Amino acid sequence: MAGMIEIEGVEKHYGGFRALGPVGASIAEGEFFSLLGPSGCGKTTLLRLIGGFDEPTRGTIAIGGAPMAGRPANLRPTNMVFQSYAIFPHLNVTENVAYGLKRLRLGGEEERRRVDEALVQVELAGLGSRMGNQLSGGQRQRVALARALVMRPKVLLLDEPLSALDKKLREQMQVELRHLQRQIGITFVLVTHDQYEALGMSDRIAVMFGGRIAQIATPKEIYQNPASREVADFLGGMNFLTARDIAANGSGFSADLPGIGGISGRLPAGSDPAAAGAAPVIGIRPERLRIVWEGETADRIIEGTVADRHYFGEVTNLVVDIEGQDAAVSVVETNDFGADDIPVGSSIRLTCDPDAFVFMPG
Amino acid sequence: MTGRSIGRGILTGYVALYVAILYFPVLLLPVFSFNNSATPKFPLTGLTFKWYEGLAGNSAMHSAAWNSLLVGVCASLFSTVLGICAARAITRHKFAGKGAASGLIMAPLILPEIIIAISLLVVLLSIGMELSLLTVILGHLLICVPYSVTVLVSGFEGFDPSMEEASRDLGETVWGTLRRVTLPMLMPSIVSSMLVTFTISLDEFILAFFLTGTEPTLPVYIWGQLRFAAKLPNVLALGSILIALSLVMLTVAELVRRRAEARTATT
Ligand SMILES: Nc1ncnc2c1ncn2[C@@H]1O[C@H](COP(=O)(O)OP(=O)(O)OP(=O)(O)O)[C@@H](O)[C@H]1O
Ligand SMILES: [Mg+2]
Repeated sequence: MAGMIEIEGVEKHYGGFRALGPVGASIAEGEFFSLLGPSGCGKTTLLRLIGGFDEPTRGTIAIGGAPMAGRPANLRPTNMVFQSYAIFPHLNVTENVAYGLKRLRLGGEEERRRVDEALVQVELAGLGSRMGNQLSGGQRQRVALARALVMRPKVLLLDEPLSALDKKLREQMQVELRHLQRQIGITFVLVTHDQYEALGMSDRIAVMFGGRIAQIATPKEIYQNPASREVADFLGGMNFLTARDIAANGSGFSADLPGIGGISGRLPAGSDPAAAGAAPVIGIRPERLRIVWEGETADRIIEGTVADRHYFGEVTNLVVDIEGQDAAVSVVETNDFGADDIPVGSSIRLTCDPDAFVFMPG
Repeated sequence: MTGRSIGRGILTGYVALYVAILYFPVLLLPVFSFNNSATPKFPLTGLTFKWYEGLAGNSAMHSAAWNSLLVGVCASLFSTVLGICAARAITRHKFAGKGAASGLIMAPLILPEIIIAISLLVVLLSIGMELSLLTVILGHLLICVPYSVTVLVSGFEGFDPSMEEASRDLGETVWGTLRRVTLPMLMPSIVSSMLVTFTISLDEFILAFFLTGTEPTLPVYIWGQLRFAAKLPNVLALGSILIALSLVMLTVAELVRRRAEARTATT
C-alpha cells in the first residue's frame, strides 16, 4: 500500500546552494513521523515542500495518492502549525480558529459547533473572545493547533511547535500532542531538533544531516542500531571504542577491543565491518556500562580510572580512562549506590551486557 | 554651579530659542488675522472677524480649496495603493533589479522639485496632454510614492510573513489573504501613508504651479493673492484656518493609527 505521503528524489536548491536532498520517504496514514536533525539541516525546508509553501527543485511529493506538483498550500490536504504560531493578532481566538472554515460556508450553526469542538480538543474552551495578541505562549500554541485541526486535514505539519515553551509545559504538551494524534488518527509530521521529543512521541523518525536523511526507523531501532556515527552521536551519548580485529558473522560481529577484550555485538542493517579499514569503531551507550561494586562479580570486568565526575541529581556521569583506549568513556550510573561519591582518580571496575556493543559504520 | 548644570542650562536655552524661532512666525498668523488693520504689524489695532467673513463669500478661494482637497485625496489614495504593491514586492520577493527599482522609486525625494516640474511639463505638453487637476495629481504621485513606500515597507517588515502563509494554508486565496490578513495588519501604516501624502500634496506648490491648468490649488491661489497687498489679511485668515485644520487632522489620524496599532501588535 502506498503511504499517505510519498516523497521521491526531492531536492531544493537556493541559487546554487542545495539546501535539501535528494531525499525520499514514505509516511504511512495515521503515523506520527518526526524529522530530527541539527539546525540548518533542511527540516523546515522539507516540511514547507510538503505543505506547498515552496516547490521542490527536483523530485515529487504525493499526498493521499495525488501528486502535489504545482498545487499551492491552500489546495493541499495539509495544515501547518508554524514555529512562530502565526496567530492573527487582529482576530480573537474564535475568529482565528474559524478563519479557514469561513471559506467553506458551512453555515453559522455548523461552524460554531466545529470551532467549539476544536477549542475543547485543545482545552481552550472559554477563551474564545480573547484577542490573538493577548495570549500566553502555551495558549497561542493551542490556538494554532485548533486552527489547523478544525480544517480536518489528512496531514498535520508541525514546525518545532514546542520549542518556544518552557521545559515543564513542553513535556506536558508532548504527552498531549501524542494523545491528540492517537485520538484523531491523522498523520502528523513533526519537525524538531530535540532528540527526547522525537524519541518520546514518534512512531518513526527521520534523522537528517546536511540536507540528507541519514536514517529512517522507529525510535528504538535508531537508538539501538544507529546507521552511522553521526546519528549515534546526535541521539543520546555514545562512546566510540577502537577495535583491533573485527569479523562479521551473520547479523552480528566479533572483535577485540584493547583494554576490554574480545566482544561480540550487533551490526546495523546494511553495514559492513570489512569496509571499516584499519581502525573499526564500536559503540556503547553510557548507560549500558555499569559499575561493579566491591564484593560483586561479573563475567566481564573492564578496569579503568575515574578522570572526571558530573553530578545530575538522579544520575552521575563518570568519565573513565581505560588503558588501551584513546578516548575516555562516559558512564551514566544512578546515584542509589553512591556513584556520586566515587572520588576522581580512584580506580574503578565496569561491566556491560554482551549485547551492548554495536558496530559503528562511517 | 557645577559645569554639568551650566551645560544643561545652555542646552535648555538653545532648545527654547530653537522652538521659538520655529513657531513664532506661525503664531503671528492667527494673531494678525484677527487684527483690524490692513497691514500686519504691531501694535494691534483692534479685534475683527471681517477677514474671515471676507473668505466666506470668496468663491475663487472655495474652488481652490476644493481642488486641493480633490488632488490631495486622489494623490494619497493612489500613492498608498502603489506603495502597498511596491513595498510588498520589496519585502516579500526576490527579483532581479530589486535594488535599482527601489532606488528609482526613492529618487524623486532628492531630485530638485523644479527640475521634476519642468521635465514633467515638457513631457506632458509634448504628448499633447492638457494641463488639469489630473496632471497635478500625477505630479504629486511622483513625490508622494516614496513616502508611502518608506512607511509601508516598515509596515510589512513589522509583521511575520508566516501570517500570510498561515492564511494560505487555511485555504484562503491570494486576494482573500490580502483582504483578511495583510490589509488589516497594515492598517496603521496605511493610515500613516495616507496622512503623510495628503499633507504633502496639500501644501505642495512648485509642481502644482507648473502643472495646473485653469484650476489652481490652494497654494497656487494663495501665491496669486499675495500680489495684492489689500488681500494679505484674507490670506492670513486662510492660513490660520489651514493650521487649525491640520492640527485637527493630525490628531484624529494619530488616534486612529494608535487604535489600529494596538489591535495588530504582536506580543
Ligand atoms: N529562502 C532561503 N534562501 C536561501 N537559503 C535558504 C532559504 N531557506 C533555507 N535556506 C537554507 O537552507 C538550509 C536549511 O534550512 P532549514 O530552514 O530547512 O533548516 P532547519 O533544519 O529547519 O534548521 P532550524 O532547526 O535552524 O530551523 C539552511 O542552510 C538555510 O540557510
Ligand atoms: Mg527550521
